[in-house]
This record gives sequence, structure tokens and C-alpha cells, in this order.
Amino acid sequence: MSQVREYVERRELLTNLVLRELRSRYKRSTLGWTWSLLNPLSSVLIYWAVFGVFLKVDPPVGDPSGQHNFVLFLLCALIPWNFFSNGVTQSIESLVVNAGLIRKVYFPRELLVASTVGGLLVTFLIELGVVLVILLIAGNMVLPWIPVVIVLVALQSLMVLGIGLLLSAANVYFRDVRHFVTLIMPVLFYSTPVVYPITTVPETWNVAGHAIPLRQIYGYNPLVRLVTAYRDAMYSLRMPSWTTLGYIALWAIGLVLVGQWVFNRLDHRLAEEV
Amino acid sequence: MSDAAITVDHVTKKYRLYHERNQSLKAAVMRGRRARYDEFLALDDVSFEIREGIAYGLIGENGSGKSTMLKCIAKILRTDGGSITARGKLSALLELGAGFHPELSGRENVYLNGAILGLSRKEIERRFDAIVDFSGIEQFIDAPVKNYSSGMYVRLGFAVAINVDPEILLIDEVLAVGDQEFQNKCTDKIAAMRREGRTIVVVSHALPSVSALCDEVALLEHGHLIRTGPAEDVIDHYLTEILSVDPADIGIPRRATGEIHLDGIEILGADGQPRPEPTIGDPVTMRFHFTARERVVEPVFGMSFRSGDGVLVTGCNSMGSDLRLTVEPGPGHVDLDIPRLLVAPGRYHITATIYDREHRTPIHEVGDLHAFRVAAGSLRTAGITSLGGAWRADA
Repeated sequence: MSQVREYVERRELLTNLVLRELRSRYKRSTLGWTWSLLNPLSSVLIYWAVFGVFLKVDPPVGDPSGQHNFVLFLLCALIPWNFFSNGVTQSIESLVVNAGLIRKVYFPRELLVASTVGGLLVTFLIELGVVLVILLIAGNMVLPWIPVVIVLVALQSLMVLGIGLLLSAANVYFRDVRHFVTLIMPVLFYSTPVVYPITTVPETWNVAGHAIPLRQIYGYNPLVRLVTAYRDAMYSLRMPSWTTLGYIALWAIGLVLVGQWVFNRLDHRLAEEV
Repeated sequence: MSDAAITVDHVTKKYRLYHERNQSLKAAVMRGRRARYDEFLALDDVSFEIREGIAYGLIGENGSGKSTMLKCIAKILRTDGGSITARGKLSALLELGAGFHPELSGRENVYLNGAILGLSRKEIERRFDAIVDFSGIEQFIDAPVKNYSSGMYVRLGFAVAINVDPEILLIDEVLAVGDQEFQNKCTDKIAAMRREGRTIVVVSHALPSVSALCDEVALLEHGHLIRTGPAEDVIDHYLTEILSVDPADIGIPRRATGEIHLDGIEILGADGQPRPEPTIGDPVTMRFHFTARERVVEPVFGMSFRSGDGVLVTGCNSMGSDLRLTVEPGPGHVDLDIPRLLVAPGRYHITATIYDREHRTPIHEVGDLHAFRVAAGSLRTAGITSLGGAWRADA
């Protein structure tokens, strides 16, 4: 609880650090903030070409929205995924990058992680806004579902923050963490139904005579639940199941608690080790 | 206890000295632990208190743990044992401009740095002008700080840190930065903060500045607290017992005994009337006022004066002169008659001293006891002194 109070007390610093993050991100680039939209645009184009056109992945028909469009189907999951992926990879580095600050000034160090996540959250919200506009143009009346999306964004932010706290501190002591995450990220990406519908995942998978309940295992992955929930709310225009929301919330809160706990333990010698 | 601004209670700090600095998971797994290391006690069971409103020095040789101590007080490092409690807002000048983002402008960095040091946006807005004014870089405030010279960078950093308005200020030898003018400005600002009753903790190698600034000092050696107490006592102990040097050799007064107190200096003209601003070439008398606590036989009076930029112009003392004065308790004065004041027009600062009759132990020493200005007159000169000569032609 004292941690929560600390965040509240130093919210001005958090705001300032987020602003630093945002202001410095596109300094000295001509296109500036346009980049934050060009990057997801390029990945959407690639996945659309490869999976939508070449491999002919058939998106499910949104129920009740009746939407049947691969790009929209992709956008609703890819944009949240990007926030997760960028959030984790960048927050891991947040302490090492700011080593000079950690060695010379005292302030709650978790704010460095939080501000990195915060900065990306701002970009994510802008992208999400663009996606919502596109959905509206395509005839998806997403406006009533915005509160659900906001809840999902909040839970996802906590999740990213938790992982960030956990891994950023560990990365100070073992610089392998970053490389490990770079390795694991594509695995997570392809094991989460972002570029394909979950219905293409077989219920059971027979490996050397053993039947593996693949779909069930998928269901344990909070990212799968998260992506599904985003799609429910934005693509299909229906309420995600309460068990899904509860499951995501459980993971989000659990990750933050564990992350903060580990961070507090590792914080001890941060200034010497970083 | 109640009047302690900082209480250091049995503080221990260990560092790990790694034999092989191997931050890889593989190595850790292979060996079953991270890496071999020795523990090194940077601070070993150190306890002291810093009273509110005093200037406190931490001295010791390299590796004595004084900077570690300061970082522990600043909460940058966490102690491994014991506790440190600080009452009041704390600001640390460990590295000026730490946390400046090179791509952001000076203005944006002031807000950022202020927030890091614990100021709210409103507080920074209120102090913004003072900060910029102090740093003296108004015209560059909207340029990115990566284009700043190192001097400008440090000046802005100092300006922010000093304007945090801390109740406790921690300083780690950062004052040796910037040009002479800026250093003077910093020294003045710190002196002003001290007058306002703020607590100042200084870590320094520069013993003369510690002895000039600090009321009390803690001496550390190899992580152990050797001694705490009044600045002169501890510095004296450090120099004579540990470094084995004569304090006077490095410009530090030995502990003054204090039987006589120098009160001030008056400059008199030939007519015996005060002449606060004498003219070059005038005959003057410097009158040293003092108050004696007890009887002192034949003390030695001394004086030196420095020009405005710190150059020693001249100095002398009464050793071997005709002055044979036995001072009785109460106020008194001695005069130094100067037949012609042959120094260039300008500002001068007088340091006055009283030593015992052997000129070994100081009784009282005051740097900058009096400052005065010498006015220009008919006698013209270049440099800081004059020979007082007159031109003549044998025709």
C-alpha cells in the first residue's frame, strides 16, 4: 500500500518523466509523431499481405457486428499486442538506460519503469483512437463499448507494468534478461491469436501418441484472453465473458504485486550494480 | 535527539567486489550462484548525529567511506545495517545536472530536474526565474542542453538543485566547477543558506574550505568513524595524527586558543580620524580592536591583505618588532602605522591574526576581518603595488 501512496505522491515526477519520454522520442525527426502511426501501419500492411492475402486466413464473422474483414480483425489485436511487446522490451531497459540518474539522485526508481510504460500508453491510446475511428467508418458502432476497452487498457497497463518491474530490476543484475525477452517475444506473438483466429487452433494436438489439449492450454495464457477480449469488444461488439475479464484482472494484479515485490528486493543494491 | 536533523545509527554498508564481473545467467547457472565476490565494508558501524542548522563536514582519505556515507544519507544507496533518519526536505548536490536529457531544452530540463528533486510544477514555476537568473544563461534556456558548454550545464544544474529550497543540503565536492565568478556565487549562496539555519553536509578533500565552512566534522578512515566534534579539533587531529603534516603548511590554522578575540579593524588617517577609503600614497594607521578574556603576555599580532581577486599583496607580524604588549582582560587595540599606503587603487581584504609570544599557537585568526577600498590619487601606478617614486630630471 505504501507503494501506491508513493506513486500518488510523486505523480508530478511521473508526469514529468512521461513527458520527457514523449518529448524526446521523436526529437530531431522530421515526421515526428507521424512515426508512431507509421510503424503500426507498416506491420498491418505486412501481416495483411502475408496472412490475409497470401495465406488467406479467414477472419471470423463478428457476432453480432457481422464484420468480416481481416484488416479490422488484425487491428483490434495487433495494436494492443504492440503495446504489450514494446512495453515489456522498453521497460526492461528503463533502469539501465537511466543508470546516471540512479547513481546520482534519489527518487523512487519504479517511476522509471512506470514512466516508460506511461509513455507507451499514450502512444497506444492515440493508435487505439485511430483504430476506433477506422472501425466507426467501417460501420462498427464501437462507442458503447469504449468503457470495456478502457478497463482492458487499464488491466493491460498493469500487466505490462508488473512484468516491467519484475524484469527491469532483474536486467540490472543479469543483462541476459533483455536478450532472453527478445528471444521469447516472437514465440509469444505467434502463440497468441493475433494474426489468426483462435478457431484455427486445434482442440487437441496429437504428438507421439499423446493428445495435448492445445486449445485449453491456450486459454491459460492471459495474453490470449486479453486479445480475445479486445476483439470481443471492438470487432464483434459483444461483452467479453466475465471469467475472461476476471482472469485478466487476476493476472494483472498478481503481476503488479509480484513485480513490485521483486523490485523492492532488488532495489537494494541498484545504484551499485547498474 | 530532538534537535538532530540527521541521525546516523550504527550504519553498515557492504560493497561486493566481484572477482569476475560476469553478468550472465549462464555463468550463474553453471556455478550455482552469480559470481564470486568478496565483501568489502565501506562503512562499519558508524553512528553520529548532525544537529539542525549547522554545517557538517565529512572528511577522510580516498576510500574512507565519506562519499558512501553521503550517498546513504541521500538514500541513493541503502544501508546493510543500521538506520539513517533525516528530518526535513533533502537535496543532494552529487552531480550537477544529473538527469538532464540532452535533447530537451534547458527550460524542459529545469522542470524535469526540479521534479526529480521533489518539486511540484507550481513550485518550479514560482522559482523558474530565480533558477534561470542564478544560472546566468537566460538566452540559451530554450536551446537543447546538449549544445551547452560543460560550464553552462553545471551552472544550470546547480541553480536547480540550490533552488529546491532544501532544509538539508548535501554537497559532494561539486563546488570546484565553473569559473571563479560562479564559484564565488555558489559559495555565497551556501553561506546564505547556512545563515538561514539550514543544515549543510559537505564531503570534501579540500580541508581549508571544510575548516572555513563547517562547524562540526566527522573523520572517517577505512569505513570507521574515528572522531567527531568541532571542526578545528577534528581537522587538527586528522592532519597531525593521521596525515602527519603541520596544518599551517597547507594554509589551515591550528586550533585557536581564543584568549583574545579580534573584533575589527579601523583605518585612520594621519590626523587620527577614520579614513574608510584612503587614497594611494596616504599615510594611514590600521587599528586592530580586540577583547581579551584573560591576561596574555606579549602576543604576536599579524595581518595580511589580499586584493579583490585573491592575490596576496603583503603580510607582516609584530614578531621581532618593538611591540611588547601585555594584554590585560577587557577591550584594547594595537596600531600598525603605515608611512605610505603604496598599493594600487582597488578593493582589499585584510586577514588578522594573534599568536602566542613564540608565534606557534594561534590565539585568534580571522580571514577577511575587514574590507576596504583604496582610492586613486595623484600617484599613478600599474600592477598591484607602487614604489612611490617621483620622476625627476637633473638639468
